[in-house]
Amino acid sequence: MLELIEGHYAYFFLMLLFMIGIYAMMMKRNLMKKIMGMSMIQSATIMVWIVSAYKDGGTIPVMDPNISLDNPDLYLNPLPHTLMLTAIVVAVVTLGVSFALAVSVYRNYNTLDENELLDRTKEQ
Amino acid sequence: MIAQNSPALIPVLYLLAAIIIPITGYFRAGSAFYVAVLTSAAVFVVSLLGLQEVLTNGTISYHLAGWMPPLGIELVLDPLSAFISLLISFSALMVIIYAKDNVAMELPEKVMPFYSVSMLLLGGLAGMTLTGDLFNLYVFLEIAAIAGYALLAIGNKRAPFSAFRYLTLGTAGAAFYLMGVAFIFISTGTLNMVDIASVLPEVQDQTAVIVGLVLIVLGLAVKMGLFPIHQWLPDAYTYASSTATVLIAPIGTKVAAYVLIRVLTIYEFPTFIETLTWVAAASIIAGSILAIAQKDIKRMLAYSSVANIGYITLGITLANPLAFIGALMHILNHAMMKLVLFMAAGGILNKMGTLSMSRMRGFPTVMPITTFAFIIALLSMVGIPPTGGFFSKIYLLLGAIETESWFFVFAILLSTLLAVAYLFRFINIAFFRPYEKSDDKKIIQSSELTLAFGQVSPDQSPKEFESMKRNEMSLLMLIPVLIVAIGIILVGVFNGMIIQNLLNLAIPDFFVAYVN
Repeated sequence: MLELIEGHYAYFFLMLLFMIGIYAMMMKRNLMKKIMGMSMIQSATIMVWIVSAYKDGGTIPVMDPNISLDNPDLYLNPLPHTLMLTAIVVAVVTLGVSFALAVSVYRNYNTLDENELLDRTKEQ
Repeated sequence: MIAQNSPALIPVLYLLAAIIIPITGYFRAGSAFYVAVLTSAAVFVVSLLGLQEVLTNGTISYHLAGWMPPLGIELVLDPLSAFISLLISFSALMVIIYAKDNVAMELPEKVMPFYSVSMLLLGGLAGMTLTGDLFNLYVFLEIAAIAGYALLAIGNKRAPFSAFRYLTLGTAGAAFYLMGVAFIFISTGTLNMVDIASVLPEVQDQTAVIVGLVLIVLGLAVKMGLFPIHQWLPDAYTYASSTATVLIAPIGTKVAAYVLIRVLTIYEFPTFIETLTWVAAASIIAGSILAIAQKDIKRMLAYSSVANIGYITLGITLANPLAFIGALMHILNHAMMKLVLFMAAGGILNKMGTLSMSRMRGFPTVMPITTFAFIIALLSMVGIPPTGGFFSKIYLLLGAIETESWFFVFAILLSTLLAVAYLFRFINIAFFRPYEKSDDKKIIQSSELTLAFGQVSPDQSPKEFESMKRNEMSLLMLIPVLIVAIGIILVGVFNGMIIQNLLNLAIPDFFVAYVN
């Protein structure tokens, strides 16, 4: 058990972050806090990819003259990093759209509190 | 030549149009519609050519930038994806033609952005359909989703809030999907679907693979609007402008269902598939029951979408060829029904000034041709024989009977009865309800449709309809409604031909062995 935790502590930490994000999205009433939770979920996902590329004793995937060419094991896997560049862009865009929507919700109702918004959308 | 490159052309044309429309729209706002219509027509032709090529010469695989898979990104046009992309481009063409008058009426100052964003949405959906790479699929999924949030946020005062709820849920769904892909990538070391299929037999019992598949399915279930997580769907569809709903409702959730097919059939059905069947059955029954309680037409249609996506999921997860064909047929039929119903609902909102069920008295007098199309679609929803809906339900039933899962047979039949209850209520009110004093109450259109961002619809004059003058939709809006309504019947009549020549080829290879 202890070995499992020691070997995967980064994953455990990231899953915790993911769960906190989901908790914030479900339980927090303020829309901004929901956006924060959403952002935490995305960051946790991106970090899982990055951690999956990590190797003990590996170096950045840029050609190093000290490491001979027939030894690619010493470089990290660059693929997850490049993929996650795209995912970060996507995350930024969703954040932008969500802020725009939050602003327009605030303009329409003068509040960002979810319960109040739900009440007001029902009563009409 | 065009046919060979069609896998790349279909999404790229849409994405190009999304860029061209703001450029030409900057000089002439009216040009946006023509660019959009030309693009949709061109894509429709390209997907027809692609389908023909696939049927004669087999699967087309396009390697982006010449990088060979599994390293490069692969776009695949096989019978299944050709079928779905033809469906997307067909309904896109119909909706864009329909949109011209409706957008000018509902969002007069946002014509150019509307067309640009809808092209972006279609590009994303087409890309999701065609890609053979799990991460590329995520990117297209997010393109389609973000364009969808923007489109659904344009509507009445409540639209931004419902779009916001959709956004948080949808982003969480996409994050689940990406997390699932991460686990699959960690176990298999590849993202290409064909490549994963060759590696998966070695690792399919690993916890990481099972957790990854479960996460992917969860993420897609959010996008599809399956029962326990359908909360975003009714609000988003009801409060958005009717053109945006028409664009998103028929194909948005279907493409997510298609991706579910792709993921579940990469190698062989995963073991948790039975759970999904029960979720689908719950979705069918709950969606139908919730639809009965609705007073607003669009909201009722949204809940029936939940039920119908349940049919599709049930067909996929029953895991036998008959039910699978039923699911594919239902993707086609349900998309066409929802096209007609939502297009007609948009017309009703414009001409009668309301979408409330109880105010539909006299609707056939005011809009006879729309009523004709609307009722064809209603019959198809229930599953009355000459329409397409009957045949997809029959195949689903046969599939359920073949696996001897009697509860699901019962669920399909029960939901059909419930569909009669909620759909024929509309016919009852429209045709048979006697005149009541309260019908004379004037309806102020501006209180029914207020646009977001402080805009008010220009038509502020009170609208009365108690005189029941004939007030049909404009010709440009009627033509697509009628074409699709006739298409529903044609699909029903020629269902054997479609299944023989197209859907039979789309069944995955392992399937046949799976049953025998």
